[in-house]
Amino acid sequence: MRIVLALAALLLALGAAACGGESDERPTLAELEKKYICPTCRTTLELSNAPIAERMRAFIRERIAAGDSEAEIEAALVSSFGEGVLAAPPKEGFNLLAWVLPLLGGALAVAVLAFALVRWSRARPQPQPADGAVSVNGRPELDSELERKLDDELARFE
Amino acid sequence: MARRVKLILQAAAVLVVALLVALLGWRVTEQAEGRGLDDALERGERPRPPELVFETLDGEGEIRLADFRGKAVVLNFWASWCEPCKDEAPLLEETWQRYRDEGLVVLGIDAQDFRTDAKRFVERYGLTYPMAYDGQGASLGRFGNTGFPETWFLGRDGRLVGEHIVGPFDREQLEENVRAALDTPVR
Repeated sequence: MRIVLALAALLLALGAAACGGESDERPTLAELEKKYICPTCRTTLELSNAPIAERMRAFIRERIAAGDSEAEIEAALVSSFGEGVLAAPPKEGFNLLAWVLPLLGGALAVAVLAFALVRWSRARPQPQPADGAVSVNGRPELDSELERKLDDELARFE
Repeated sequence: MARRVKLILQAAAVLVVALLVALLGWRVTEQAEGRGLDDALERGERPRPPELVFETLDGEGEIRLADFRGKAVVLNFWASWCEPCKDEAPLLEETWQRYRDEGLVVLGIDAQDFRTDAKRFVERYGLTYPMAYDGQGASLGRFGNTGFPETWFLGRDGRLVGEHIVGPFDREQLEENVRAALDTPVR
């Protein structure tokens, strides 16, 4: 169970790292091209040669040259094209669910799986012979008639 | 206790699946709405356009398609970065000037565009007809548009009429569809 808890904690920690800690100072065009979507072709700007993608790149270049931060550039793009222009949902408000839910789902799935495996392995009944006789390897002893036949067969190969 | 937890988990799983199916259904229905307009026009029917409210390009008001009931409307979807839109704009302005007294409205819908670029475009080509702004392009899917420019025509009864022109039109094609829109009765 400790392993399960450790895995869940690791997943949550990874999520927290993904949710914050990025700096938006001095952005570059190469960085931002990956974060915004061309509205006509629905791919990131770095992969698009559509006219609107060219125009958006030019806009980003102008804003970087004017000293805007990433947050300011993002606000301007969202104001023009809506939140659909973001390649990933914003890490705030309702959209935060899109980041947190997969991690919680993953942690829950691991926990449920581990729980089920532990229960299954404990609850699995061991077959016992009718008279309760157990061999040295922990398995039930063979029927004496069957054991005799097996010895005969083996003897034929010796 | 364990049985109760199991029941709750099963109910939650069913709920999640139902929500996902509902979301898929909503998405499919929304996309089908636009395709349906084209199909209906091809069958010779006159469907109603989606009830949409647009922001004006200057950002100071709203435009509803329903506001134009009683007028014939040329609904032109454009963007400042679209090359054929530059050829069409003067022809649309000319048509608006010629037929406005007969009850024609040309409505330009600038979509997936920077508002500042669109304003510059309007100024450069001296366009005086009403302009709406849909930066996100939310209206495109509702009409089933796939690119720029695309043009629809609404009769005086508020229903679609004539052709859905995908791509640039020529003068004759525009004239023919404007006439069809103007000739529809007001109902």
